[in-house]
Amino acid sequence: MKDLFFALADRAFSALQPNEVALLNFSGEVTDFVRFNHAQVRQPMTVRQARLSMALIEGRRRNQITLALSGTPEQDGPRLDDALLALRAELPTLPEDPYLLYSTAANRSERIDRGALPSALQTTEDIVETARGTDLVGVLGSGPIMRGFASSLGARHWHEVDAFLFDWSLYHAGDKAVKCAWSGNTWDRAELERRIAAARDQLTHLSATARTLEPGEYRAYLAPAALDELLWMLNWGGVSEKAQRTKQSCIQKLADGQATLSPMIRLTEDTAGGMAPGFDEAGFSKPARVELVNVGRLSGSMVSPRTGAEYGIETNGADEDESMSAMALAPGALPESEALAALDRGLYIGNLHYLNFSDRANGRVTGMTRFATFWVEGGRIAAPANVMRWDDSLYRMLGSNLEALTDAPQWILNNGTYGQRSVQTSRVPGALLRKMAFTL
Amino acid sequence: MPFDPEFLAQRFRRLAPASDYCSLRVVEERSESVSVRQDRPEPVSASLDHGAMVTVIDGDGIGYAAVSDLSDDGLRWALSRAAEWAALARERSVFAGRAPQLATPEGRYASPTERPVHWSKADRIDVLMRESRACRLSDRIVDWQASLWTVSAQQMLITADSRPEQAALQVFDFTIPGLHVVAHEGGVTQTRSWGGRYNGFCQQGGLEVIDRSGFIGSGRSTAEEALQLLAAANCPSGRMDIVLMPDQMMLQIHESIGHPLELDRILGDERNYAGTSFVTLDMFGTFQYGSPLLNVTYDPTRGTEFASFAFDDEGTAAERTFLIREGRLLRPLGGTSSLQRAQRSVPSLAGVATTRACAWNRPPIDRMSNLNVEPGESSLDDMIGATEYGVLMKTNRSWSIDDSRNKFQFGCEWGQMIRNGRLAEVVRDPNYRGVSRDFWRSLAMVGDAGTLEIMGTPYCGKGEPNQAIWVGHASPACRFSGVDVFGAER
Repeated sequence: MKDLFFALADRAFSALQPNEVALLNFSGEVTDFVRFNHAQVRQPMTVRQARLSMALIEGRRRNQITLALSGTPEQDGPRLDDALLALRAELPTLPEDPYLLYSTAANRSERIDRGALPSALQTTEDIVETARGTDLVGVLGSGPIMRGFASSLGARHWHEVDAFLFDWSLYHAGDKAVKCAWSGNTWDRAELERRIAAARDQLTHLSATARTLEPGEYRAYLAPAALDELLWMLNWGGVSEKAQRTKQSCIQKLADGQATLSPMIRLTEDTAGGMAPGFDEAGFSKPARVELVNVGRLSGSMVSPRTGAEYGIETNGADEDESMSAMALAPGALPESEALAALDRGLYIGNLHYLNFSDRANGRVTGMTRFATFWVEGGRIAAPANVMRWDDSLYRMLGSNLEALTDAPQWILNNGTYGQRSVQTSRVPGALLRKMAFTL
Repeated sequence: MPFDPEFLAQRFRRLAPASDYCSLRVVEERSESVSVRQDRPEPVSASLDHGAMVTVIDGDGIGYAAVSDLSDDGLRWALSRAAEWAALARERSVFAGRAPQLATPEGRYASPTERPVHWSKADRIDVLMRESRACRLSDRIVDWQASLWTVSAQQMLITADSRPEQAALQVFDFTIPGLHVVAHEGGVTQTRSWGGRYNGFCQQGGLEVIDRSGFIGSGRSTAEEALQLLAAANCPSGRMDIVLMPDQMMLQIHESIGHPLELDRILGDERNYAGTSFVTLDMFGTFQYGSPLLNVTYDPTRGTEFASFAFDDEGTAAERTFLIREGRLLRPLGGTSSLQRAQRSVPSLAGVATTRACAWNRPPIDRMSNLNVEPGESSLDDMIGATEYGVLMKTNRSWSIDDSRNKFQFGCEWGQMIRNGRLAEVVRDPNYRGVSRDFWRSLAMVGDAGTLEIMGTPYCGKGEPNQAIWVGHASPACRFSGVDVFGAER
């Protein structure tokens, strides 16, 4: 794919007229997806896809199109030629864009992370055999993911990672299940067997009679996967500079200095520690790290090139939606092994589900508990808990009611596959809350 | 262009291997999205997408392969890969010894487009700029954006054993205008959306969709409503009656009827991601889902509605069907392959043709398509008049529900108090919560056809790998009694 992309870029750039600039972005993957239900195969497939976006710029005018690529120069070259002609014909009719900003640097980068991914035909056999007799449901996604950028000004960036994500649950009955995820770039059947055996062991906790809690406030421990769900709400316009400038951020009070989070909260966009490309769609290189919240106070934001141009500030490599791609929350001091003891009496929450803002301006979020959630007494699991709706504020959950963060952050590969596999990652510890508000 | 149905079909039939079943679904989609934010055009987003999904069945194994290379080499690769997957799945499959019996479709569908959107990008920007400029009413308006998204798609589904003329050819035109305004003052921010937040006004057709939508002229009125919300009091808390307008009803239907009735959720396929359902197979035919006033149809025949079509992506012909009649649950949203699995437990179960893929690179799964609440006999005035104390709510802004689709909490942009049978002051940030079946059983009045609106969403998400698909929801306004209502943080 890399050779194809840069060959197409050369072809397009050679056809440019003297005053024209072209920016090309590439995204592609060859993915084996296998869905499982009841430890049997539901839908196995391979998807071979590639897309190229071409922006043609002249002065402050810009026109753009995204094309599906077939993967062969004989088919894609003429299609690209036609697209360039169409963009050029239309360009003078479009208004100037005062916020147009792109990198003029002729810089280059390449990151290729090769792994050892056997054929998914083999890994599927491994999963079916290892999970036999269980109620396993989930999906395996495996194969290379590619991103590229090229500009007619000389920039060339390529990012390619081999990766798999086996995202699955082991069910006891009804809605009681253990949720697991295993990502990496080297498949190891012995590790798979170990993980499924560990999940089977955890199922024993779910076999007891479930407890239904009354609405109210309870002490709670959010396991890393649950805290990760909560923190991703900040990515829904929270840390976006544009959202903050237009008063739409869910942490607007933090941005305006009217509220703080706990001093334990130190949040960073950690590109160097993630899986996403180190370049943005306008060709700018991303800093290794962008500090966003430090000791509970806002210390930065995600600034896209367009927002940078609009407000006259520096861009920091953010993509157009100004979300984090590699979120990192600094760990705390609570040993993870002591989390249940520190919780003492309350809810251990393995996962959260379907979060949304009940009051965005005040940072109030609602959602559900899901999967392995337990009532804990005396620092020991007493019973599985039936799902509960909660509705609480980020300023309380990550602020006044945050008692501790654990010392062992978990690296999580986002399981999103809308259109293409996500390369977003996070590194998140667990969180102990003095209280959390449950409503239904 | 790669989409030449006849030529593709010829080549596919020639290349397809001998198998129990083999099909080709080819999709070509052109999309153009133009928006103007704060009176300045945003970068245009246009795309040309195409590709094919091959399906092969071998015994009880089913395999898929998707490719955008529609040459003989590309098709050969996809056929070979899908056959490998089918062979691997054989005897390890959820179909447990009985392969799905899929149809060989024949027929055509075309959106009822009266006037195709032939506007240039510059024309589109002009139209949007007029609405954008009309939004600038006050310094308290801090952000605003108008957009127009159009999509034209062609799709062909054929099976390898079909006759030369035997194919399902479907052509769609989608038109999706949108506009929202953000007002801010003194620490309060309010957003008002025209036509439903997140593109709730979406229909099949061309320029006539824009005409009937009322989009032209919406800029000023939407900005005025944003300022009204900014000045409004917080919604009160308590148990009271609510009247939901169609741009909130669509969300209520979607989350608490649509998703729980998806048969693949009931069969457990979605338990790792989207979730399961409180509905079980034994409930069909007997379960009282809502009050006797509740009538819900699956209606792919309503041409202008967003998810109208003639065949689903398993090739099953689609027709209007009641899923809930007089409150009683009759059928799930399940297509051929899910239904055959479910019939092992409940042989009499019937489904509907609604197994669909969001694009060429995803396999079909059970979706909602057009899922509608049928109109009743009450006018909006009747419903307001019958409410002693309550809130009328419009335009969804927040949605959350548990993975079994029971405990929900929804928020709206616009609230208006009802006191002693009359509309009173506007309130901001109205929310309500409940449990699905209790809520639908509290349905007290259903609006007549005069209150009905045809809405939808381009962003219905589920599936592994994930699929965001287009669904339609037509609904009248409805009144519910005794609902838990609350406002913003005090």
